[in-house]
Amino acid sequence: MIHNFDVVIVGAGGAGLRAAVEMPKRFSCAVISKVFPTRSHTGTAQGGVCAALGNEENDSWLDHAFDTVKGSDYLGDQDAIEIMCQDAPRAIIELEHMGMPFSRTPEGKIGQRKFGGHTKLENPNDPNSKRIPVKRACYSADRTGHVMLQTLYENCIKNNVTFYSEYFLTDLIVEDGICKGVAAIDISTSEVHVFHAKAIMFATGGFGRVFRITSNAHVGTGDGCALVYQAGLPLEDMEFFQFHPTGLWRLGILVSEAARGEGGILRNNKGERFMEVYAPSVKDLAPRDMVSRAIISEIRAGRGILGSDGTYYIDLDLTHLGKKLIDEKLPEITGFARTYLGVEPTKECVPIQPTAHYAMGGIPTNYDTEVFADNSGKKIKGFYAAGECACVSVHGGNRLGTNSLLDIVVFGRRGGQKIAEYLKTAEHVDFKSNPAEKTKEKLSNLLTRSGSEKISTLRRELQENMMDKCGIFRNEADLKQMKEIIVQLKERYKNINVEDKGTVFNTDLMEAIELGNLLDIAETTNESALDRKESRGAHTREDYPNRDDANWMKHSFISMDGQGTKINYKAVVKTRFEPMERKY
Amino acid sequence: MQVTFKILRYNPEKDSEPKYQEYTIEASLNMTILDCLHRIKWELDGTLAFRRSCAHGVCGSDGIRLNGKNRLACSTLLKDINFKKTITIDPIPAMPIIKDLVLDMTDFYDKYTAVKPYLICNTPPPADGERRQSNEDAEKLFESAKCILCACCTTSCPSTWTNENYIGPAALLKAYRFVFDTRDEAADERLDIVDTPDGIWRCHTIFNCIEACPKEINITWHISQLKKAVSNREM
Repeated sequence: MIHNFDVVIVGAGGAGLRAAVEMPKRFSCAVISKVFPTRSHTGTAQGGVCAALGNEENDSWLDHAFDTVKGSDYLGDQDAIEIMCQDAPRAIIELEHMGMPFSRTPEGKIGQRKFGGHTKLENPNDPNSKRIPVKRACYSADRTGHVMLQTLYENCIKNNVTFYSEYFLTDLIVEDGICKGVAAIDISTSEVHVFHAKAIMFATGGFGRVFRITSNAHVGTGDGCALVYQAGLPLEDMEFFQFHPTGLWRLGILVSEAARGEGGILRNNKGERFMEVYAPSVKDLAPRDMVSRAIISEIRAGRGILGSDGTYYIDLDLTHLGKKLIDEKLPEITGFARTYLGVEPTKECVPIQPTAHYAMGGIPTNYDTEVFADNSGKKIKGFYAAGECACVSVHGGNRLGTNSLLDIVVFGRRGGQKIAEYLKTAEHVDFKSNPAEKTKEKLSNLLTRSGSEKISTLRRELQENMMDKCGIFRNEADLKQMKEIIVQLKERYKNINVEDKGTVFNTDLMEAIELGNLLDIAETTNESALDRKESRGAHTREDYPNRDDANWMKHSFISMDGQGTKINYKAVVKTRFEPMERKY
Repeated sequence: MQVTFKILRYNPEKDSEPKYQEYTIEASLNMTILDCLHRIKWELDGTLAFRRSCAHGVCGSDGIRLNGKNRLACSTLLKDINFKKTITIDPIPAMPIIKDLVLDMTDFYDKYTAVKPYLICNTPPPADGERRQSNEDAEKLFESAKCILCACCTTSCPSTWTNENYIGPAALLKAYRFVFDTRDEAADERLDIVDTPDGIWRCHTIFNCIEACPKEINITWHISQLKKAVSNREM
């Protein structure tokens, strides 16, 4: 079946929904999503969305921009960061006007709390005074992402947005540098649908599921990014993947940084507050890459706590915060600790370990969400990307907590506006070849083969090896080994067995396609990590422990090259912030 | 330890009606029911279909009927139920089955949409900032705003089972979410929608919804507040 729309948005998380809300009624718009919109992963964000509103104390967007640049380890593009941080107060007020429920200050303004890496000068009149944590994260208890997603979906209903829920993206159709549409399967029937559009926006989210321990939902398999790569287009900064320091031990379920923002403390097996050593000024509120490295370093130095299964964890201590604060401000995450680990956070420490959390890299775009065809700035006509799947790049080498929810509303809206402008003159361009063909081939190929490899076994091996060899600490030997493992897994993938041969809600088939996507994501991540011979942000090379601005202050663009990959580079955009040593 | 599950299977391409299938897996106490379903799917039977996403009780995808009670598969651990006997898993009731545990939720979503689940406010917001709301007023919304639309409440309600037109607790909870939002100006409009025989008055305070809610929302209390608001309005 072929559908014609002016614009098709793929993904119904925060970025996709925000773009849809922005679309003027005169243009036909459809949102397709592999899950019902409110099931999207935006809903699991907890602690807050930042903006220098100054509701609780003085703050300025320039401080926010400075923190974001520094947090990115100077890899973020400063023009895009300035746009985001300057637009943040407007974007948050707009969400409030849309109906998003927030926790409030005594004056009835939007409540704000501290978060990792967000600071201001202790003495605003002295640029050399030390930087101290600032209350910048606007929050709704510890369900900020949930209520944001609900609010955006509610506004889509209000605007009569057309949804194709439980449609699974299978092909991106770009011909002669023009994006003409996408193909997807209706999961409930396996029927192939082609969406012919003047503009396509990918808001397809991240790919934490490439790692074994992750906070990401099962749907976080990087389908959008993988299809871009499979179309021969580049992905940017794939070596930068964030591990959140506090995932529930063994499970990876997110325990928001808000826990530390409200005063929670990380402790090793001696009960020591070890972050005092690693980040003397902001301590437990250091950025995530630093805290995750500190945790692994403590465990490696024998100061982890031995768990029942022989693995080690670190304690997150909330016991001194009191039951009232915990119940009011951190109810959800303390509930997770009770349900999944049987721990009572008002009385006991919560066992945590770093968990794969967020992709800084992704589909390269400019700050109007237009997708780049290469590192020279050439654009693909009619193709846009926003949210975690995109690399603007506002997060550079390491994203600050609360900047992801901000990213999706700021760039979701900008993308919607840019598309609306483009649609004034854009036209449908005919497909040169049958747009459903590749998808049909993919499906019949997967359904007719009778291989012996299990999808779940291959996925597990991929995830465990990525965790061990391409995780928080990396080195050349491990990455080279990982490269071999990916080659072998890709070979074995050709021999996988999809047990379910039916057409009705075939999740076995979906998992097979997702695994293929994860293998491409792993390849681009690992190759980019092998290439970058320095340590910056979340990318830590034990064999190249220092940041190397002379050679590596640049973005990587990885794309397919025959059977292998090639990597090109693009300069980082600098405006007013000079690179400095990153100390907290 | 070994745990046995009895799961309702239905594939419209093959089966004339749903039937149970048994699976025995090696499991441990701290596994969630979703972990168990995954183990079955990934190790024993790839054809088993169920929805899931976040796996920690936030996305609301994996509502199931577990030993006769509506639960989220990902928020229920084996140690919290009787795992020594065969564990029965059905889809949550009162919705058409697409395949196995996957249901057609169209009617549920339509009823949610019917209460106008979005802020309606014709007074322009302040040009220079947020609408003010006391923290106390904001917190009155938080419990209802926790709803993850898993449908565990609506499909646990005997009033739903006996009357397919009943709008159901989830939609009523959403109505509360906006009727009691101090920023909203369409309370009257929404109360008109729920002040019907198939609206709030179909709630007979049976409390099944509260027992079923994985987010521990006191749904019946919220519905009673709507009933009160309607009564006060009539005076």
